[in-house]
Formats: sequence, C-alpha cells, structure tokens
Amino acid sequence: MAVVETRKLTKVFKEGELGAVNEVDLETREGEFLVFLGPSGSGKTTLLRMIAGLETPTSGEILIGGKVVNDLTPRERRIAMVFQSYALYPHLTVYKNIAFPLKAQNVPRNLHKAKVEWAASLLGIGGLLQRKPRELSGGERQRVALARAIVREPSVFLLDEPLSNLDAKLRLSAREELERFHRRVGTTTIYVTHDQVEAMAMGDRVMVLNKGAVRQIGTPREVYDDPADTFVATFLGSPPMNLIENDGIIVGFRPEHFRLAEDIRESARVVFKFRVENVEYLGAEFILSGILVGGKGDGKKVIARLLLGHSFEIGTTYEFAVPQHHLKFFDRSTEKKIPPRPLTWQ
Amino acid sequence: MAINAAKVKSVGAAQSPLLGFAMFGPAVLYILLLIGAPFCLAIFYAFSDARIGSNELHFVGLENFRSILQSPSFRAALKNSIIFTVAAQIIVMVCANILSIALEKPFRGRGLVRFLILLPWVAPVSLGTIGWKWILDSIYSVITWVLVWLGFANKYSPPMWLGQDGLAITSVILVHCWRLIPFSTVILLAGRSAIPKEIPEAAAIDGAGFWRTTFQINLPIMTPILGVAVLFGTIFTFTDLAVVNLLTNGGPYDSTQTLPNLAFTQGIQGSDLAAGAAISVFLVPVLVAIAYLMLRVAHRAEVV
Repeated sequence: MAVVETRKLTKVFKEGELGAVNEVDLETREGEFLVFLGPSGSGKTTLLRMIAGLETPTSGEILIGGKVVNDLTPRERRIAMVFQSYALYPHLTVYKNIAFPLKAQNVPRNLHKAKVEWAASLLGIGGLLQRKPRELSGGERQRVALARAIVREPSVFLLDEPLSNLDAKLRLSAREELERFHRRVGTTTIYVTHDQVEAMAMGDRVMVLNKGAVRQIGTPREVYDDPADTFVATFLGSPPMNLIENDGIIVGFRPEHFRLAEDIRESARVVFKFRVENVEYLGAEFILSGILVGGKGDGKKVIARLLLGHSFEIGTTYEFAVPQHHLKFFDRSTEKKIPPRPLTWQ
Repeated sequence: MAINAAKVKSVGAAQSPLLGFAMFGPAVLYILLLIGAPFCLAIFYAFSDARIGSNELHFVGLENFRSILQSPSFRAALKNSIIFTVAAQIIVMVCANILSIALEKPFRGRGLVRFLILLPWVAPVSLGTIGWKWILDSIYSVITWVLVWLGFANKYSPPMWLGQDGLAITSVILVHCWRLIPFSTVILLAGRSAIPKEIPEAAAIDGAGFWRTTFQINLPIMTPILGVAVLFGTIFTFTDLAVVNLLTNGGPYDSTQTLPNLAFTQGIQGSDLAAGAAISVFLVPVLVAIAYLMLRVAHRAEVV
C-alpha cells in the first residue's frame, strides 16, 4: 500500500487558466525519499501543499495510507511538514515549539518531556531547548523545524525546500544530515526542490515537473541517463544536454560525452568538427563552448565538459565525437523520447 | 548600508544647519505654541486662584487639588473615566479582533466592507456623536422604535437611553466603541498581515484548530501590536471631551461625568479656571505613564 498516492490531481487557481497542477498521478513507496524537482512555477509546491491539506484540489484524489483524504484537515492527515522559512513560532521557546504538535493533538502531558527530548537529541539540539527561535542560526532553526516535525511520529514527511535558506557551505552539511536522518527514521519523505543537485543527491526517486505536469519519474540515474523528453534532458545536468535538430528529430548528448575524438575508444561513434569559442577553467574541468562546423548541425552551439589534460585554443577547430550509445533521440513535435536510430550526419 | 545612509544624512545636515532648522522649525513652533504653552499655563493656573473675568492672581499651593479631591463630582468623573476607558478597550479589542479575522481573507465586496467599517473613524467626532444623540433620543430614537415594533419595549414608557444611569453609561461606552473599533481593526489587520502565512499553516499541520491557532499562535505574536492599539485607544477614550459633552454633558447627576468634561464645564463654563486646570493637570501623571508604556511597547514591536 502506498503511503501517499494521488489520482488525476489537478489544481486550477483561476478559472479558464492553465492549471498549476494538471492530472498528476503519483505513488510513493514505503520509506522512500521522493523528490519533486522543477523550476519555479512548475507546481511542485502546490502539489505538496495539496497533499498537506493546505490547498484544496480542483479535481482528483489524494490518498494517504490507502484512504482518500481530500476532505480531511491537515490535522487529520497525520503528516508533518517543514516549510522553506521553517515557520517556527517566534514567541515560543524551542522546547515549546517542539511540544506544540503534541499539545495540539492532545498527547497526554506527562509524555511531552520524553518525546521532546527524544526528538531534540535525534537532531542534536538538546542544548537549545530554552532558546527563542530568533536566537538561533539558520542551521539550528532548520533542525528545530525537523524536530517539531518528527516529534509526533508522522506517517509521511513533507519538506518544502528546507535547505534554500541556508548558505552554500551549510547547505552541503545540512543535506548530508538530512540524508542520515532519513536513513535513521525511515519515514516516507517527499522533498520539494528546484535544485537538481539536491534532487540527484538525496532522492531515491525524482519526479520532474514542468507547468504542472509530471514529465518523468524515476531514480536519479534514470532521469539523468534516460530523460523522457527534452525538458528533463535540459533541466537536469549542468551544463545541460546539447540538443541538435537533424532530419526531423532532435538529437541530444551530454557535455561530458562530447570529447576529443582521439580519446574515444568506442568504434560506434559520431564525429563532429567543433570550433571552440570560449574556454572556462573550473579547476577540475574545462567547460568549452563553441559551434559545430560542417554537416547538418553546422553553426549549432554546443557545450563540452572535459577533464583537464588538454589545452584548447579559442578559434581553433577540433575533431570531437560522441559514443553512439550516449546519443538520445527526441521527437521534434512532441519533444518526447523516441528509440535510437542510425544517424546520417554528414 | 543603513549606517552609510545615516552618515551621509548627518554630514549633509551639518553642512547646512539652517536647512535643518527650517525643516523642523514649524513642528517645534507648533508644539511649543499650541501644546507647550497651554500645558505650562495649565500647571501654573492649577496652583493659583485664576478665574475668568478677574485680573487678580494669587498662588494658593495645593488648595485646588485638595478641593477637587473632596468634590463628589470629581470622584464620579475619575471613576467614570476609568470605567469608560477600560470597558471600551475590552469591547473594542474583542470586536476589532473578530473583524480583523473576518476581513483578512479576500471575499467579494471586502473593499466595500472595509470602507464602511472605516467610516466612523473618518467622520468628525462631534458629527458622529450628534448622530448618535438622535439615535438615542428620548422621543425620536430609532432603536426604541425598532424595539417597540418588535415588542421588546413599551411604547408608553420607552427606555431613556441617555436619561437613566445604567443606560446612559452603556450608551456612552458603546459610542466610544463605535468610534474606536475602525481604528483598532485597521491596526490589527496590519499586525495580522505581518504574520508570515506559513506560521498559521504550520500550526494547522501541527494539529491546531481555529481557537488554538488564534489564542496560542496569532494573538501572542501580535501582542506588541495589540498593546499599541490598546494604548492608543486608552488615550483617545480617556482624554475625549466630545462624546460625553455632546451626548449627556455628564448627566444624569454626574453618572456619566468624565474628567475632561468636568474640567471643561468647571473651568470654562463655570469660570473657575483654577479648578479646571487642576482637574486637567491631575490627568498628566496617568497619561505620562501610558505614553511611556506606549513607547516601550512600540519599541518592542520593532525589535520582534
């Protein structure tokens, strides 16, 4: 039985307009870490808020633990949510913040202390219980928000971009901490982010959304290596996948697979002439941008990502190639993935 | 950034001190002439035997204060001032909170409702009170007419809204409330909209219902703003002359007498400037304490 399931879930904010979420079908697996990934405005937060019960769906069904919960209040859904801003209660101490869900759900008072201390120790904030939220750092606030979420032992965790308010350095350690935390408690978690690195690093599965529709759902490896359409192909990966139109189809290849022909051992490969127009040195790698010369892709801009070990001159044309099995094919009109086919390039 | 801006400003002001004086001069002049001078004069009169129409003036020490403290009118006025102020603030806070909750979420016609609610505040106190005087009139009262029509009141001995002790007190309090509710509603609406919307949402997810969210989350967060509304309301009610003066003029038998109205009737209408001044000056320590509290609360509201 899926912990959270949605059936044709739709949210339209203004009549006549395109829905923020359109007919989303989704099924979480027990204990998994599912990431909703999409650009801003893709409907990922609206979807999460509908699951939480903060937003009423226009149509479709939400099931939690096999039961339709459309008409239940957030309280009755037995979920926990961590907000982007953490939404700690500013007038309450950390202890009272964490104890609030217990109080609100009428957990017997004599159990509060033990439960709060358990949650606080799980997140290493036992020493902060008497502080007020404004006396805490960003990372500490995030932990308090997590402790407040875990204390009631919910059936599912909903996390709405909980790392986006932290600075880059803290974000990395907080991410690791969150992963460890999830392994430890094993609660089904839905995590919303627009950061593809977070999604790839943390998700057991990633659901890519755009304009309110699910574009692909799969393991990070599946969505990266085998994107379902051109949106997923270009949204994941930095720099994004190169897309070139050819014979009425779109051909795609990742910048890291676009390398000097002499370095590619596979015999099944496609060779391009590539004129380098810009070189970015990033320490561990180069990002080369330039244009293809000759053939059907003449003049197309492409990007290559190479490890160090070569030097490149701006304005010079090199022979580059992509192994055949790394080429992806998409339909030109639907932009959906199509089976591989032989490529006539020249 | 802020420090830089402040620095630039202070340097600019130092370069042309005249401009600075010219800018705040009118305000200083206004305060000195229209508030400072009468205030000092009142303190001076309170310790003298000044009367309208008399040229002589003698220093009498605390004599005026001794005599007003013994006057039953003064005691009634002091008691009523406190009752009106406290009762009005309680009613206003309850109503303004309900209104601010009702007006927070958008609905069709919200703009019109907000406008209508704000009207009593926009209308001059005296005009509004004259309107109420008609509504509460002993013969032409609309309220009485409706009550008689509904069968709740006797046509031949109708309630005298402004002529019976209890009813007169209630009427004065309600007119004060009518006047203050818009003001407090606007302040509370601002305070409410300053609460990030995730906070009540988090409370809903944590399992809190409407009452718990209101009393344990929203209101405590709004405490500083509530404090500002209460203190402003207190000052407005405590120092108000128009409502009582126009509605009952303190009657019947001082049952609705207040300090400002007593000071006015004794000092100006009764020609006993010294007594009127003493009654007014008696308010100063109270108002200073309230003003001090108000500044502290406002300061706290900034910090949070």
